[in-house]
Amino acid sequence: MADAWTEKLDTYLDGELSSAEMRELDTHLRGCPDCTAEVLSRLQLKRAVQVAGKRYSANADFRARVQSSVTARPRRSSMRLWLAAAVAVVVLIAIGIGTVSMRQQQFARQQIFSEVADLHVATLASSNPVDVVSTDRHTVKPWFQGKIPFSFNLPELQNSDFTLLGGRVAYVEQTAGAELIYQIRKHQISVFIFPEEKLGGELASHSGVRRQRTFNVESWAQDGLRYFVIGDANNEDIGNLANLLRKAAVS
Amino acid sequence: MPLFDQLFNFAHWLTQDRAEAEDLVQETYTKALKGFSSFQLGTNFRAWMYRILRNTFLTSRSGLKASAMVPLDADDAPELPAGPTNPESVLIEKSQHEVLQQTLEALPIHFREILLLCEVEEMSYQEIADTLSIPIGTVMSRLSRARRALRDSLQQKLVRT
Repeated sequence: MADAWTEKLDTYLDGELSSAEMRELDTHLRGCPDCTAEVLSRLQLKRAVQVAGKRYSANADFRARVQSSVTARPRRSSMRLWLAAAVAVVVLIAIGIGTVSMRQQQFARQQIFSEVADLHVATLASSNPVDVVSTDRHTVKPWFQGKIPFSFNLPELQNSDFTLLGGRVAYVEQTAGAELIYQIRKHQISVFIFPEEKLGGELASHSGVRRQRTFNVESWAQDGLRYFVIGDANNEDIGNLANLLRKAAVS
Repeated sequence: MPLFDQLFNFAHWLTQDRAEAEDLVQETYTKALKGFSSFQLGTNFRAWMYRILRNTFLTSRSGLKASAMVPLDADDAPELPAGPTNPESVLIEKSQHEVLQQTLEALPIHFREILLLCEVEEMSYQEIADTLSIPIGTVMSRLSRARRALRDSLQQKLVRT
């Protein structure tokens, strides 16, 4: 048995050695049966003291007595202060965590909207904006079969100013979704549909209208799908198309 | 009440008397409430409570008596090489629980308290240092002496039985 190690065995068992020393001693113990036996014996004693040391418990009467004397004291305010301090700390921590996670969520949400805007711009810039060219929703919808992991309904456009130009497969956060391109007057609007759970929950139950780099965007979740309607058309047009899609989804 | 059960157990080990332990705990809470404003947030609350309890004990009559029985200066004496223990002889079985408790009870107060803080309360060396108001180096040397004292008297007891 090495004396240099023996001195450290208790510190080792108390978990107070530095991690480097801890590793060294671990290595030593593997090759030294004497030290290993010694460690076991000390550990046993340590545990035995731990158990034997928990020996006395206060009786209920005494507990109640202290409790009442503590709360009935004129210095009650300091107990309150104490409690208030504890509550304040907990609240501060909760707010801290909340703020951080809210910021993270806002950031992630912003990322997704930014990606959606990029996709829309890419579509507008493309010489080949749609992969399925059709104004007929009964052609466009089946085209997505097998290309995306969900199905969706498209609105009837007969009594509206919108025209369906076609569709393509789009990707956000490595998830395949549908992109539909509509036209109203001179404006093109992209509609993106993705499975909500694949977007990592950052959007949570987010729903609403916002501006994203001069585009108007409306987004909502419905039946597990996340919809984005984005374009340079005015808010009203974006909203109308969004309403048509919402209605189609429940029909 | 924070730490009530642990403080009572510790108080009983120090005083070795239920009524005295109750007085000690009662006084500790009273003092803690009165002096809460002196507690610095961010420092160790547990160590602060144990320190109050211990200081109260040491200034009580039985505390003065207990601490007068053993000189504390041995802490800084050069360390003796720790002799190997005989694993068989310190094998503690359930039936020997009482023997261990009696041995702990018979240890000098400063050995008993540091063992309890380390093994039962599972305090870190730093916490023990804060509680006892001693440097960490002293914590380590006193702990090692306390353990040796415990092993030695345990071995004697077990040989006798």
